Amino acid sequence: MTRLKADARHSVRFTLNGRPAEGEAEPRMLLSDFLRHQLGATGTHVGCEHGVCGACTIVVDGMLTRSCLTLAAQADGCDLKTVEGLAPSADRLGVLQQAFRRNHALQCGFCTAGILMSLDHYLAKNSAPTEAETRDLLSGHICRCTGYTPIIQAALEAAAKLASSKKETSDA
Amino acid sequence: MKPPAFDYLRAETVSDVLEGLAQQGGDARVLAGGQSLMAMLNMRLAKPKLLIDIMRLKELRRIERKGDAVVIGAGVRQADLLAWPELADALPLVALALPWVGHMQTRSRGTICGSLAHADPSAEMPLALVALGGEVLLRNAKRRRRVAAKDFFAGMMLTARADDELIEAISLPVIKGSRFAFREVARRHGDFAIVACAAMKIPTGVRLAVGGVADVPTARNWPRLEGSALDDALNAFAYDLGARDDVHATARYRRDLVRMIGRDLIGEVLQ
Ligand SMILES: Cc1cc2nc3c(=O)[nH]c(=O)nc-3n(C[C@@H](O)[C@H](O)[C@H](O)COP(=O)(O)OP(=O)(O)OC[C@H]3O[C@@H](n4cnc5c(N)ncnc54)[C@H](O)[C@@H]3O)c2cc1C
Ligand code: FES
Ligand code: FES
Repeated sequence: MTRLKADARHSVRFTLNGRPAEGEAEPRMLLSDFLRHQLGATGTHVGCEHGVCGACTIVVDGMLTRSCLTLAAQADGCDLKTVEGLAPSADRLGVLQQAFRRNHALQCGFCTAGILMSLDHYLAKNSAPTEAETRDLLSGHICRCTGYTPIIQAALEAAAKLASSKKETSDA
Repeated sequence: MKPPAFDYLRAETVSDVLEGLAQQGGDARVLAGGQSLMAMLNMRLAKPKLLIDIMRLKELRRIERKGDAVVIGAGVRQADLLAWPELADALPLVALALPWVGHMQTRSRGTICGSLAHADPSAEMPLALVALGGEVLLRNAKRRRRVAAKDFFAGMMLTARADDELIEAISLPVIKGSRFAFREVARRHGDFAIVACAAMKIPTGVRLAVGGVADVPTARNWPRLEGSALDDALNAFAYDLGARDDVHATARYRRDLVRMIGRDLIGEVLQ
């Protein structure tokens, strides 16, 4: 049993996009703030801080997670993925990111990091999503700019592309 | 919009949880999926001195079929139950209602028991518990007790759980040979229900349970009713629920929904 005192800072370690990350946090520090302020990983955005807008969505131990509804202390020892981990290299965008760019699936970009994380996680498990399923997934995000239609287009296009590239590279 | 200060206890055994609750009582809160509690902390609607994180306890993460019931532990997330291969067969009503609980991004973390502990009047899992006549399994440092669904919900966000008690699990009956229906009206899919209804065929006729109108989910049984007798019964029920106007909907609209959805669902399960 570990009891972390309210008024002290405690060490928090986890894996962030495949690399070890470490910092100190009071028990009340949100994971979203820990990522942004302690680790400087500002790709994850913060909109509402009550779980509604989805801007802060990341993946923790394979689960889609609102980082604003998670304490940094809860993430200790976990495996985290954030938007910084999506591009294959610093000068190249991933398939989903390219599809967002091609379809104008972002305008101000505030919601984008969270939506990319949800879609990336979902498409890895569901290679042929329908429009209805994609809309259902997006109900967990708020975008004030795009009207969602280009986001849906980008998602479906990326899914098709990912599915066909899988076919081409397999020996079967 | 940041939480107030609290101690954080990462429980490794159930007795860690029970001891923490016994010592700190009403100043302690169990932290399960955090999908309601963390929002309340961020908005400073709750100011506990201690949070007890139960999500590292493997023994609470079980879904078990025990005779004619399914027992769902406190660590079972909503997504875990949705992915349980026996769900549609054992608990068809839950299979219908669970996709309406929040969004994929909140079901991945939120727990079934946390939803019951939170006791939002328009939440779907409390409605399913009441409709099915399940039980809540409570435990403190000294004893265990079981509370029937109809006695568990005491008011808006109020339950029969004492401050030092953990909801260890819930038990839902497996009801064979019945028919179930569920429908909800919300502003958007995933938002809290304006009205949610569950209907099931019972040996004496039909049961309708309604969430989002009264301060607790409420069920009523009728013999097989038809035509204007059914309309009258639904109308009386709709008024008895004591709907009020709020920012989401008027009382009258809520009564309308109860009458209309109620009629449809009863038709579905009795056909
Ligand atoms: C955007 C959004 C939309 C949502 N929409 C819906 C919806 O449509 N329908 C719906 O029903 N819910 C909805 N929710 C809430 C739902 O996601 C929560 O999962 C649920 O209400 C609480 O479960 P939890 O495991 O997250 O509990 P927590 O938030 O961790 O805890 C909630 C409360 O229950 C107590 N508690 C938790 N577990 C136990 C236990 N085992 N024993 C004793 N006390 C306990 C906590 O101390 C706290 O007071 C939504 C949430 C969000 C963020
Ligand atoms: S900032 Fe986390 S959901 Fe809005
Ligand atoms: S692009 Fe501006 S909020 Fe989505």
